[in-house]
Amino acid sequence: MQSQLPLYPEQASNFAPQVDNLMLFITLICLFFGVAITAAIVIFFFKFHRKQPNAVGVPILGDMRLETAWLVIPLLLAMAMFGWGAVVYVDYRHAPQDTLDIYVIGKQWMWKAQQPSGLREINELHVPVGRNVRLIMASEDVIHDFFVPAFRVKMDVVPGHYNTMWFRPTKPGRYHFFCSQYCGTNHALMGGWVTVMEPSEYAAWLSGSSGQGDPVVAGEKLFVERACSTCHSPDGTGRAPSLNGLYGSQVSLADGTTVVADDAYIRESILQPNAKIVARYQPLMPTYQGQLTEEQILALIAYIKSLQSQPAPASGK
Amino acid sequence: MHRTGELYGHFETLEQQKESAALGMWIFLVTEVLFFGGLFLTYTINRHAFSAAFGAGSNTLDLTLGGFNTVVLIMSSLTMAMAVWSAQVGKKQLVSIFLIATVVLGTIFLGVKVIEYKQKFDHHLIPGAGFDIRYHAEHPTAADNAGKIAEEKEELEKAFAKDPDLNAHAQLYFSLYFGMTGLHALHMIVGAGLLVWLIKGSFAGRYTPKYNTPVEIVGLYWHFVDIVWIYLFPLLYLIDRHH
Amino acid sequence: MSKTPPPSPGPNMPHEDYLNATYGLKSWLLTTDHKRIALLYLGSVTVFFFIGGIFATLIRIHLLTPTGYLVTPETYNKLFTMHGVAMIFFFLIPSIPAVLGNFLIPLMIGAKDLAFPKINLLSWYIYLIGGSFVLYSFSTGGLDTGWTFYTPLSSVYSNSAVTPAVIGIFINGFSSILTGLNFIVTIHTMRAPGMTWFRLPLFVWSHYATSLVMVLGTPVVAITLLLAGLERMFHLGFFNPALGGDPILFQHLFWFYSHPAVYIMVLPAMGVVSEVIPTFARKPIFGYSFIAGSSIAIAVIGFLVWAHHMFVTGESTYAALTFSFLSYVVAIPSAVKVFNWTSTLYKGSISWDTPMVYALGFIGLFLIGGLTGLFLACLGLDIHIHDTYFVVAHFHYIMVGGAVMGYVGGLHFWWPKITGRLYPESLARTAAITLFVGFNLTFFPQFILGYMGMPRRYHTYPPEFQVLNVLSTAGASILALGYLLPMLYLMWSMRYGKVAGPNPWPATGLEWTTPSPPPTENFDVTPEVTWEPYDYKNRPDLGLTAGAPSPAPAHGDD
Repeated sequence: MQSQLPLYPEQASNFAPQVDNLMLFITLICLFFGVAITAAIVIFFFKFHRKQPNAVGVPILGDMRLETAWLVIPLLLAMAMFGWGAVVYVDYRHAPQDTLDIYVIGKQWMWKAQQPSGLREINELHVPVGRNVRLIMASEDVIHDFFVPAFRVKMDVVPGHYNTMWFRPTKPGRYHFFCSQYCGTNHALMGGWVTVMEPSEYAAWLSGSSGQGDPVVAGEKLFVERACSTCHSPDGTGRAPSLNGLYGSQVSLADGTTVVADDAYIRESILQPNAKIVARYQPLMPTYQGQLTEEQILALIAYIKSLQSQPAPASGK
Repeated sequence: MHRTGELYGHFETLEQQKESAALGMWIFLVTEVLFFGGLFLTYTINRHAFSAAFGAGSNTLDLTLGGFNTVVLIMSSLTMAMAVWSAQVGKKQLVSIFLIATVVLGTIFLGVKVIEYKQKFDHHLIPGAGFDIRYHAEHPTAADNAGKIAEEKEELEKAFAKDPDLNAHAQLYFSLYFGMTGLHALHMIVGAGLLVWLIKGSFAGRYTPKYNTPVEIVGLYWHFVDIVWIYLFPLLYLIDRHH
Repeated sequence: MSKTPPPSPGPNMPHEDYLNATYGLKSWLLTTDHKRIALLYLGSVTVFFFIGGIFATLIRIHLLTPTGYLVTPETYNKLFTMHGVAMIFFFLIPSIPAVLGNFLIPLMIGAKDLAFPKINLLSWYIYLIGGSFVLYSFSTGGLDTGWTFYTPLSSVYSNSAVTPAVIGIFINGFSSILTGLNFIVTIHTMRAPGMTWFRLPLFVWSHYATSLVMVLGTPVVAITLLLAGLERMFHLGFFNPALGGDPILFQHLFWFYSHPAVYIMVLPAMGVVSEVIPTFARKPIFGYSFIAGSSIAIAVIGFLVWAHHMFVTGESTYAALTFSFLSYVVAIPSAVKVFNWTSTLYKGSISWDTPMVYALGFIGLFLIGGLTGLFLACLGLDIHIHDTYFVVAHFHYIMVGGAVMGYVGGLHFWWPKITGRLYPESLARTAAITLFVGFNLTFFPQFILGYMGMPRRYHTYPPEFQVLNVLSTAGASILALGYLLPMLYLMWSMRYGKVAGPNPWPATGLEWTTPSPPPTENFDVTPEVTWEPYDYKNRPDLGLTAGAPSPAPAHGDD
């Protein structure tokens, strides 16, 4: 971990050191000018402070040499910043040939990713360390933006366009990613974690053998990570029903029938959400078929069972 | 502000007043160019993207009515210029006559525009849920020439082959058509109002060789509105037309 | 004609002025006097400043804890949107031009009024109508699109009252256009005899540049927002990809105005500073023609940099390189101004009257705001800091640190002219310093937050960002105090302040040769200008002993 008040995020991609060096360069130039001008103001202010109430200053109308100097020198420095920035930018925009292509889809308010193997993730992205990764991104509704501070990468995800970006993770770990283009109500919840793994771990993860501990704890974590909590809020005010006290209860469905919420029902609702629609709710939930391992589904059911003891919100919102 | 004759109190001389008014109108027209510029840019980009749909939309417009209106508007510019000239040389009666001619021509233009809009309405070409670019070809009325309808159908099928989403994209064309011609018509209506105000002044004999600023600056405005149409007409009616 | 302006009446002599010439509500609501219209604007922009300020306060309180302290996500999104809309369109853009510019431009150039007094009043009414639509939107469902109204969020997906807000901003645009038009014509045709272009106060130059931006930019944003509004109302598809449109086109059109709009806010503030510094250093400004020219350069080049707001939308690499390059070029004229202001202090006779404190504060904050712009213009860096709190901090340094410091400083500087009264000096100085400190404490931590990766417009954030957010909120409470103080003592001074006299500082502009408050017609006799701008040496009427040695001007360049 870094200190209590870190000044820059972790460096976990090929771009991070480049960007941080560029940042340092521009900061130094700006500090120089900032300090020089501030010092000049302070010194002049005290040195030329008015001594007699009626005194006037010495009229100096200007100086061509000074004007030229402070037109040309800042321009040269600005061009240096521009040039360096442009070089880094061109690198950002030109993905190497051998990339691992992952599809990313943004929708209000979650991220869906699909690995080349077909494995799907929601609000999670697993990538191997040291490998060039390219994200091919599309939006289902409004403009989003995929931002990983630790990688120093960001790209708008625009409906009607495919935008791509690439990076090479350099350090295993878990890093935040965010939606950084304002996209509506739960913009701030539209984020998740990038997991950078050793290639062997990544291969193991792809084949679906990720060990978990306590299923309730694992399930709760999944519930948040997979953005279930975005809609299934505990007080029943979300776009989907509250799951508190759900397990074992009678659920009235949109077609007028009722059903007992048992394991099979919950499993079906996760994998085929539109099979049974709860009365008074819209069929909005995306399918999680193929995105969860059996272990993970079990963990989720275990977590939902644990919510049985929570108070259910008053029915009929 | 106090006013002495034609001179408003905050000006020193009539010349200064006239210069201010003319400069003000020119700057206003610059803002108008930019205002329409946003629409023209949107039009250009979409035309480039959906040329088949925009061609099909353009084909539905009535070239005769559009052409007639163009002539009407050019004539109204001429009468407006004559009105300004009459004021400058002091022919007070001619000022009124030419101003009236201008407002009549402007009204004819707006009347024709109403006929055109009505036609689009009948042909289900108003953007919205009921929009259907095929409607006219499939529901011809007795007045329509059967050969032309067949030709229209064929053209549309060709266009649909190029752009399966033609209906949606043609809606964009008509959104822009109504947006641009509607905004233009709004400017015409404002212009007609200004003309009526000028005519009232001209009956009172207010415009003389010494003081004719209002006629001159309304004239500038009127010419500007005409010029906008001179751009709208080819963009909307002529480009990519097949028949 | 003598070398000096006509003598001013004694400071305590009662005279008829624009405030007491006529009475009654009608005499205000139907006035065509630019000075009264300026006061009408002063009242109305203050109302919007308060509304926007309350939203800002709630935002800062909410962000005290990572999970959000106060409101629901929906409400939070409405708060920052309405804060932006109220502050940008209804406070910052009109503030200096419509209040100080309106009041001062005719006085500074020796005219009786603006060229089109009725149109001037019309602009205020248009502003009110536009403002009413926006307040209607705020009070019926609010607005949650962000002040940038990006499509298709604003045109299709948002459930808030977007349509009235868009109509309101569209209408308000015409107020801005008419004000700009009025200023340009006035500066061209209404100058008093002897008031040549290069004798114009720099305040007038900066307003000329501002007016160019208003006149050339505002129509584009007006038509753009109108299209977005029509798209929402009638389900058209100009910017909606589902119907064939392109959301990126909206951004291009929007920023074509909204980037130059930043210069509408900051150029007039630069004008204020260019007046204040020579006055309180009692010497001509250094490099007059460079400061005047840089205003025009900023206005012109400012129109060519808009797509630097779009570096991460996937725009082509060549476009990005061009716009980054031009963004660096536009930084140069701003730098030239800062260098010239600083040099003006050299060998001055400097006092620290309140307006001077504001002006120096402006330089400091604008310096930070401008320099951090260099980070954002840098393509390689912008990718990381775009749409983070770094951007939030940067534009607040420019708009609040720059524009608002300039506005409040200008209000203090011309307050004696506007009201005829002086404000309590030491209290005012304390408030200025409070503002400076509070501002830095509020916004400096946000640069770090941004570089750490906190995206903007987040109602909740990861816990590692909390320390800096708490710091920022603490600063905001000091800042709020800094704004409340002037509000109170300025109002107090209108009745109880010391009588100012025509030229309390003393300053050299024409506006100081007429009584305070000025008569309705501004000048009893049309003045004739025979002196150069900011010339203290040849102005015995100012009553200053040329105490300092005054050798010939060094290296005169104009």
